[in-house]
Amino acid sequence: MSGALEAVDRAVFAEWLQRIGDNVLILGHRVSEWCGHGPALEEDIALSNQALDLIGQCQLWLGLAAEVEGKGRTADALAFLRDAGAFRNLLLVERPNGDFGQTLMRQFLFDAFHIELLRALKASSDPRVAEIAAKAEKEVAYHLERSADLVVRLGDGTTESHARMQKALDLLFPYTGEMFADDATDRAMAEAGIAVLPSSLKAGWDRTIADVLAEATLTHPGEVWQHGVKGTGGKTGVHSEYLGFILAEMQFLQRAYPGASW
Amino acid sequence: MDAARPELTQVWDWLSQVPDPEIPVISLTDLGIVRDVEWQADTLVVTVTPTYSGCPATTVINLDIAAALHARGVEKVRLERRLSPPWTTDWLTAEGREKLRAYGIAPPIDGTAPDGRLAGRISRLAGTSNLVIACPRCGSTHTERLSQAGSTPCKASWRCKDCLEPFDYFKCI
Repeated sequence: MSGALEAVDRAVFAEWLQRIGDNVLILGHRVSEWCGHGPALEEDIALSNQALDLIGQCQLWLGLAAEVEGKGRTADALAFLRDAGAFRNLLLVERPNGDFGQTLMRQFLFDAFHIELLRALKASSDPRVAEIAAKAEKEVAYHLERSADLVVRLGDGTTESHARMQKALDLLFPYTGEMFADDATDRAMAEAGIAVLPSSLKAGWDRTIADVLAEATLTHPGEVWQHGVKGTGGKTGVHSEYLGFILAEMQFLQRAYPGASW
Repeated sequence: MDAARPELTQVWDWLSQVPDPEIPVISLTDLGIVRDVEWQADTLVVTVTPTYSGCPATTVINLDIAAALHARGVEKVRLERRLSPPWTTDWLTAEGREKLRAYGIAPPIDGTAPDGRLAGRISRLAGTSNLVIACPRCGSTHTERLSQAGSTPCKASWRCKDCLEPFDYFKCI
């Protein structure tokens, strides 16, 4: 454990942990917005349970980020007291829910990446990273099962559902490039053996995406990236305007009543 | 026996009487989440593994364990979390499974957790589940899955096509 800590700068390690923690925090918050608004009771419950899984995983990742950082902060402090520029989540997960099809497509694109990431992190040289990954992987296997299932059913469904799923795919796919773009933080973590290069996860993700889209009779949009750029955005703290609104709602209580607990 | 330090077998017995807060028909030891119990000097250390990462019952479980042990005269109790190996429904006791069934929740079928690998079976994903779950009320296997999710993170929603009753399935993880 101390070996892994020495192998990479604490600040770099904490930064990297916040990327994973923030992804599941922001996506979990987005998914929780469906609570009470799902298109069917079963879907409402499924979305809420999935949000719970993601927020639970966030507590583990941000808890470790706070520990590694060593400045006395907690997972709660990271979640509720950072401003938008300090968040490290992918732009994809802060996209608005849109219709149910867009929520599902966002989930599927992320789940297929998430499972590849967690599977790789189980072999991390840091046992704390490896054990969180092994725990989360089991839950995410269910997430992927569900989102892939629904993408197939709605893609290969009615004319209306097919059109909505294709629209969702065309809208969201350009945000997926960021998942696999390596930067200096990723390289330092991979060299330390704690993580793997994001680019190494793309082949597995591509296969899942291609297989499911084919079964769903949806057309792969091709390698088209947002603003024509693959690698900049949320991971470095440059977010869309949506994140500020998410934080305004999520952080309101701690901002208005600092230190409040129950 | 040292009155201040009850035997560990006694402690395990006490823990087997602490009900799960969400599914009170089974105990925490039936659920397989108590991983270790040991004395460290005058402190009883109970190591618990979470079920699902975000299960809201986790905090309540720790409070219930501490309260149950305090009530039996154990003064110093420390709860520790252990993530590895991650909890699996394989650890549900045989007795716990029968209690679930009698309560109306179909117990998990070991070895059926998804592994996140979709290749080769995507065409069979759509809308169906290849699990055969017996209705906990009438025993019929003429059942269907309504949703992968249920009233708690650990359960899925199913329906019996013979007795027409909906029921929960404690899904395998």
